[in-house]
Amino acid sequence: MDTAVTAKKKWWAGGYSPFNVSYGKLMMWYFLMSDAFTFGALLIAYGTIRFSSPSWPDPNEVFKSFPGMGHAELPLMFVSLMTFILIMSSVTMVLAVHAGHMRDRKAVAKWLLLTIIGGFAFLSCQAWEWTHLFHEGAWWGRNPFLNADGTQASTNFTNFFFTITGFHGLHVTSGVILNIVILANVLKGTYDQRGHYEMVEKVGLYWHFVDLVWVFVFTCFYLL
Amino acid sequence: MEHTHTAAGHETAHVDSSTKSIWRTFWILLCITLVEVGLAFLHLEYGFLPRVVLNAIFIGLTIVKAFYIVAEFMHLGHEIKNLIMTILIPLLLFIWFIIAFLYEGDSWKNMRKDLKPGTPVETPKIGPAVKPGHV
Repeated sequence: MDTAVTAKKKWWAGGYSPFNVSYGKLMMWYFLMSDAFTFGALLIAYGTIRFSSPSWPDPNEVFKSFPGMGHAELPLMFVSLMTFILIMSSVTMVLAVHAGHMRDRKAVAKWLLLTIIGGFAFLSCQAWEWTHLFHEGAWWGRNPFLNADGTQASTNFTNFFFTITGFHGLHVTSGVILNIVILANVLKGTYDQRGHYEMVEKVGLYWHFVDLVWVFVFTCFYLL
Repeated sequence: MEHTHTAAGHETAHVDSSTKSIWRTFWILLCITLVEVGLAFLHLEYGFLPRVVLNAIFIGLTIVKAFYIVAEFMHLGHEIKNLIMTILIPLLLFIWFIIAFLYEGDSWKNMRKDLKPGTPVETPKIGPAVKPGHV
């Protein structure tokens, strides 16, 4: 069981996994690093275009609606709720991983289920926001919002918004699907047979990464 | 591969402390988000803090949040140093990436402004028309 590296062992000499983590976890880390570059490239492209534009729509003017609140101007409220949901689902995911270390099958199932619910809640929020913006006339190639200085805005704003939040939403969707698969395996007892709950950790890494990306999307689109 | 996962016995010793640190991280993330939203509102309502300062604070706080998610939730802070380095060192490319591209974007904006049709032509500073020692 002990994987600690003593003076005699060498990281790369074979026989066990480098860096004291399993192969699967290591590769998940490298995948996430490459995915970070993909998101980074998208966000930097957005920043470049925004820097190259003389003026840009004010996010507080665009994102000011809240479901059921009619035309009340509530900038940042809805997206704060979405952020809270995602942070919360990250917490339940860590608790699932933690329960996995304890090999507590019931607790893993409970926390995973809450994580899945959080994921669905986030996706529902995003679906509502997209639908709302669509009805206001915003979509790829269409931008009804004026620039902050009152001039006509280009479609860059909506194109980047829908592409980047869409790409992030796609990640959330696949995260939810992975979580459901893992939950099914937990309930079947697959990981008890295997003797460890490492799959929960690997999917957990992915799930936290989705949360991490959202932190940056939140800042870039709603705060700056 | 069966032997490469985390030793369960080692973990049981830290039941309380590890659950505690999870919730501590949660409160830190929540508080930072609330501070960000609060600052944004103060700016909207009262024009508190100039936009540049505010943006710097937002970016700083975002990086703090990213640190807590990666170090605590993703457990990278507790992995061995070499693993941390293989992840973080490639990400340093972002520093160059961000500076280079935003500088480029700003340059486009200035060129569009300066070269817009109808913009009065200032004293030419480049091109063959300028004779050495003329300016």
